Parts: sequence; structure tokens; C-alpha cells
Amino acid sequence: MHELGITLDIIDIVSRHAGDAKVNRVVLEIGKLSAVLPDAVRFCFESCAEGTVVEGAELEIIETPGLACCRVCGGDVVLERPFGRCGCGSTDLEWCGGDELRIREMEVV
Amino acid sequence: MCETCGCSDDAKTTITDLKTGQTVALSAAGQGSHHHDHDHHHDHDHDHDHHHDHHHHSHGGDDATRGRAGEVGADVHTHNGQAGKPDVHRHASDGRVIRLEQDLLARNNRLAERNRGWFAGRNVLALNLVSSPGAGKTTLLERTIRDLRDEIPIYVVEGDQATLNDAERIKATGTRVVQINTGTGCHLEADMVAHGLQRLDPPINSLVMIENVGNLVCPALFDLGEHAKVVIASVTDGDDKPIKYPHMFRASQVMILNKIDLLPHVQFDVDRCLDYARQVNPHLTVFQLSATTGEGLAPWYEWVRRQGLQRPQLAASAP
Repeated sequence: MHELGITLDIIDIVSRHAGDAKVNRVVLEIGKLSAVLPDAVRFCFESCAEGTVVEGAELEIIETPGLACCRVCGGDVVLERPFGRCGCGSTDLEWCGGDELRIREMEVV
Repeated sequence: MCETCGCSDDAKTTITDLKTGQTVALSAAGQGSHHHDHDHHHDHDHDHDHHHDHHHHSHGGDDATRGRAGEVGADVHTHNGQAGKPDVHRHASDGRVIRLEQDLLARNNRLAERNRGWFAGRNVLALNLVSSPGAGKTTLLERTIRDLRDEIPIYVVEGDQATLNDAERIKATGTRVVQINTGTGCHLEADMVAHGLQRLDPPINSLVMIENVGNLVCPALFDLGEHAKVVIASVTDGDDKPIKYPHMFRASQVMILNKIDLLPHVQFDVDRCLDYARQVNPHLTVFQLSATTGEGLAPWYEWVRRQGLQRPQLAASAP
């Protein structure tokens, strides 16, 4: 359940950037391969934001798909989970997208 | 202190030096364990064109996902702000958008790189042992210490939520050990290890074994600055652990399948387990062994020595 701690980090970072301003929107990018569950972050966000300048803010999560490049044939592979098999049969895949875990932006009023 | 795991200040991470018996709270250690990076942002009162179509994300998810991403796409825009600084924009409508692009693991990754430099400076080989609880990390460590300590000086950082039990076991082998208790935290982080190392003070050309908190999920995300992660699976667990916990097996360089002496008594398909492991990580180096009977330990020791051999001075201390 590292999502709770990660959500606390998000609130902490956003609060520091907001200063005294009220935050009304936070945009996160969470990749499919990041080992972080967006629903768990959503679940934690509201209660973690309570009593901070982030309280009541809208949370938007952009879920980026898992993408890999096959190290054998160079083909692209879409990954729904952190492993997979290329059409050529290889499991030697280099991730090229979907492991993002970041705060993209925030909006304050 | 670390909040990444739900271990906020209430988590009370402590470090105990088994040599002195002294326990200190990490937050009270005066080391400033909670480092904030303050990116200063400025208002840019200038006009800019809004390009709404510059997003790289594909919307291949379900309808709900597409809907959310679509909304974001409507008002997220790319600006070329000053590198490394958040971009702040005034919007006619309501608020200011502050562009952060902040990686949530960046702080730990920076501290892990600091540890890596520290290890390199002392020519220390650091291994991060990870597994589910009960797979045999401590037993393997005890055995490895007994068998290798005449060749390589070994130092240990123990990680557990609570108790000094594992550290006491390591201490009983005559080895220097510090115990990090993470409280509610479910993994070690780079800053905890840095503080542990200050107390452990391993000499140059030594081997530092970091036994992580028993957990096959969270430690995968947190680089400690180690040379390699060594994941330990056991034949008393399910043989599908590698695909149930793929992040950990992917993040590791070595997999040890422990307790093979129990294979006649358990339902465990070794081939299937290793096939799963290689699906997740074709580059895994695998050792099958029993830390209790000693079967299969030699190739594991040989691997440890070879890592040392890549470090000339460490190898020099070997016979």
C-alpha cells in the first residue's frame, strides 16, 4: 500500500508550491507499468488532502499505456502488465512508456 | 521522514546499532532526513499560444479513462518554460496553472545515487536482499556470512518494521550490523540506508548486505544505491510468485530459489517458476539452493566473488 505514502508526498509537494493559495486541480500521470494503482491514489487523495490547501481539489489522473520495444526484433509491444511477449516470441522487452509516476501540473486560485 | 509508504512522522523509523545498543529515531538524528526541494516558481505575465493537441498519451483505456484524459487534454498545454522550473500561467478563466512535471520517486532516486557514489568511493559491494516474509533472507545471510567472512569483510543493514530479532541473529555470527525499524513503513528507502551506513561505517573493500523489509511489492520501487537486487523465492511459496509480483522480479538482477531441500515435500514446479521468472526478466541470474543444508550454495558464492572481482581491490582481499 505504497499509494498512501505516495499520495501524502503529492499533497506535500502541491501544498508547498501552492503557498497560501487554494488548489482546485491536480493533474497526475501514472503509467500502467508504474506499480502504482490510480484507484488507490484516488481513494487516498480526499482524506489526505483534508485540512490542507489541497482539500476539495479535483484530482485528474492521466493513465499512460505500457509500451515496450523488443530487444530482439525491434518491434513495438503494448503491455497491459509489467511483462509480455513480442510477436517474434521474445520476452526481452525494453520499456519505453508507461512507467511514469509524476505530478504534471496543478491549478491554484 | 519518509512518507512514501504511509510512514509519516508517526511511523517512527529508528536505527539501532547492535554494537552499542544505541537506538536513535531517524527524524531526531539531526540529519535532516526530510529534504524538500524548493523549486521557485514565477508568474510569467505574457501571452502564449495554447496548443491543445500536443499530448503524447494514447487514450486506449476504457471510456472513463478516455473521458478523464479528454478533459485534461482540453486545458493542459505545453509551454517551453525555463528548464527545471515550474511554469506558471495566468488563465483568464479562473486559476493559475503551475506546471510541475515532478517525478514522485525523484528524491529517493537522487539519494540512492548518493549512496551509490558512497559505495563506489569505498569500493564497497552492496547487495539488496528482497523477498516475501519467511523466504529465508536472514538464514541465507547467516550462512553466507559464515562461509565467506574469511574472504571478504561483511557488514549488514537489517530492515524490518519492528524488533531487533534479525539483527541479533546476525550479531550472533560476530558480524557488525545495524537494524532499521521502519515502523509502519513497508520498505527501506535510500535515506534510511544512508543513515544506517553512517553508523555501520563499513571499511573499504567490504561487502554490505542490506536485508530489506519482507515485502515483494514496495521495495521494487525504491533504489537504495545497491549494486544489485537479489530476490529470494522459496519452494514453500507458490511457484507463480514471479508473475504475481513481476515488478520485484524485473527490478532484480539475481533470483535465489531457496529451501530446495524441501522439494520432495511440497507441490512446487521449479521449471514453471523459472519460466515465469524469465518471462518477467530474461536477464535474471538464478541460483537454486538450500541455505539450511548448504546444497547449491557454491554457485551463489562464486557469483558474489565475481562481483567482487569486477572491483580489483575487493578481489585483492580474497585468497
